[in-house]
Amino acid sequence: MNSKQSGRRRFLKSAALAGLAAVGAEQSVSAQQSGTNASAPGAQPGTHEHGQPARLAAPAGRAMTKTITHTTYYTPLADSVGIITPASLHFMQSHSRLPDIDPEKYSFIIHGLVERPLAFTMEDLKRLPSVSKIAFLECLGNTGPRRHVKGEGRNATPVTVQFTHGIMSCNEWGGVALSVLFKEVGLKKEASWVVAEGGDGSKYSYCVPMTKALDDCMVAYMQNGEPLRQEQGFPARLFVPGFGANHSVKWLRRLLITDEPYLTWDQSVHHAAARVDLGNKSRWFNFVWPPKSVITRPSAGLKLNAPGYYEITGLAWSGWGKVRKVEVSVDGGKSWKEAKLQDPILSMAHTRFSFDWTWDGEETVIMSRCTDDQGEVQPMLAELNRNWGRSEKDRLEPISNTHYWNAIQPWKIAKDGSITDVLFG
Amino acid sequence: MCYSVRFLVPLILLALLATPGVGLAQRAYSNIGRTPSQEEIQSLGVIVDPLGKNLPPGKGTAKEGAELYAKQCAVCHGKTGEGGVADRLVMGSPGNPHQGMYTDQDRHPIGFWAYATTVWDYINRAMPANRGGSLKPDEVYALTAYLLYMNGIIQDTDVMDAQSLPKVQMPNRDNFVPAKPVWPPNPKRPSWF
Repeated sequence: MNSKQSGRRRFLKSAALAGLAAVGAEQSVSAQQSGTNASAPGAQPGTHEHGQPARLAAPAGRAMTKTITHTTYYTPLADSVGIITPASLHFMQSHSRLPDIDPEKYSFIIHGLVERPLAFTMEDLKRLPSVSKIAFLECLGNTGPRRHVKGEGRNATPVTVQFTHGIMSCNEWGGVALSVLFKEVGLKKEASWVVAEGGDGSKYSYCVPMTKALDDCMVAYMQNGEPLRQEQGFPARLFVPGFGANHSVKWLRRLLITDEPYLTWDQSVHHAAARVDLGNKSRWFNFVWPPKSVITRPSAGLKLNAPGYYEITGLAWSGWGKVRKVEVSVDGGKSWKEAKLQDPILSMAHTRFSFDWTWDGEETVIMSRCTDDQGEVQPMLAELNRNWGRSEKDRLEPISNTHYWNAIQPWKIAKDGSITDVLFG
Repeated sequence: MCYSVRFLVPLILLALLATPGVGLAQRAYSNIGRTPSQEEIQSLGVIVDPLGKNLPPGKGTAKEGAELYAKQCAVCHGKTGEGGVADRLVMGSPGNPHQGMYTDQDRHPIGFWAYATTVWDYINRAMPANRGGSLKPDEVYALTAYLLYMNGIIQDTDVMDAQSLPKVQMPNRDNFVPAKPVWPPNPKRPSWF
């Protein structure tokens, strides 16, 4: 049976490849089959047009939760180094099925308050001048109280940084600036908002103010140097840096230019939420992610094996601009020291920080605090609660807003080295 | 004071953009992109504006909507608009709109929505799930009427059409902040606002 399988695999691989490459494939198969150790000869280079992770690397994968309205993939942040998320590990949240769009037949239309409506194909987009930007993308529900309790289809799973902060990634996005496209259609004088509509089952729709659109938004068709993943809106999506990810409408179907914001369900109902400090009125059309940071390692779910040196590392970002500084506390917030920021430090992108630490084996709480280049400081939970008029009761049964949650995230390290999420004590 | 730079820059940008000429500029890449026909644009369907100026012809009542709801919607949203697997759509009851706040968990029932036109727009483009765009305008008006009626906002005899729907007084209309969406944000507000 084993040799049969091996022969069949060899045949399939040989059929797909040619000449020397086939010999390489054969070697790779035999090494796998015989369970040879690390010094076994491997595959010849050049056998895969699109590479795979190393056979023995076993990179962390995404976690998933599923409710009837939300399917979510969470980025495995604990293993991350640097700022770029592999496209295959980028988070996704979707409210309906993912469309399967043929790029040859695809086009999107810009119409409304324009001199001349235009339809652009993928070929058109690729002929226009391209831009790229490394930027974070974060679901506006990331890190909210729901992410700190078991539930939402993951009852058996412990709370980790992947679940608390993983509806967030950072990629290099490439495409055509809206300012270029809008010059082609010719904006009318009253044009002040852009209504973006997606081609998914719910025609996901969100409005972006025209000044922001012209400033730094794009129709993106590339992600980390390759075409968008299907779940990221292939073949083209809107990309709105710094704003809640919901603005970056996927599978772009059209951009409708208007003189007022349209009250789409996604933006005016689903993402409007009561705030006690506003007399229980609902905050809506909130746009920008405020400064935020999180220690990705060590973090909940990991374990310190013994006292000694550990690098504390994590990510910091702000939708308003660049990160100015990150401070780390290793004594539960009593004292703070500045962490080292790694290059590159980019506007509206993740910034990697690191901090040398020697654990003495005692119980403690570690956390990070971001200050952005506008001088705004990430708040402690108590301050966020005070600002929004939230109460302890809000934790399990959210009464008031949980969007754009940027509270400082504390991780508790027990004497045995185990680490848990203690945001809510 | 830390907000001043943040808001000054967009304001300057805004001032620059407000200057005439942006719309009149010639195309830089006139051989790229295609002019779509009117039919092609129309085939995308309508995205309804808040005041319903672009609502299409058609009409429906709650009674007609009730039948459709039972067939097309109840399986996910529950027989009476609650208790289903999908979002709760009804709070309050005919003649008795929900009183008091809508919590974060209860922000989907129709009584929460600021504009009745959004109800029409969402049903029309997104519902039933994964079959958005399959309902006819009359059906969308009827379902909209039924949900407004069930939430105590209109009477069961009220006919919903392009004229009457935008005039429906939504009970939660004044409970959104800011009253009108703005960009850039008001510099007098703290950043966490």
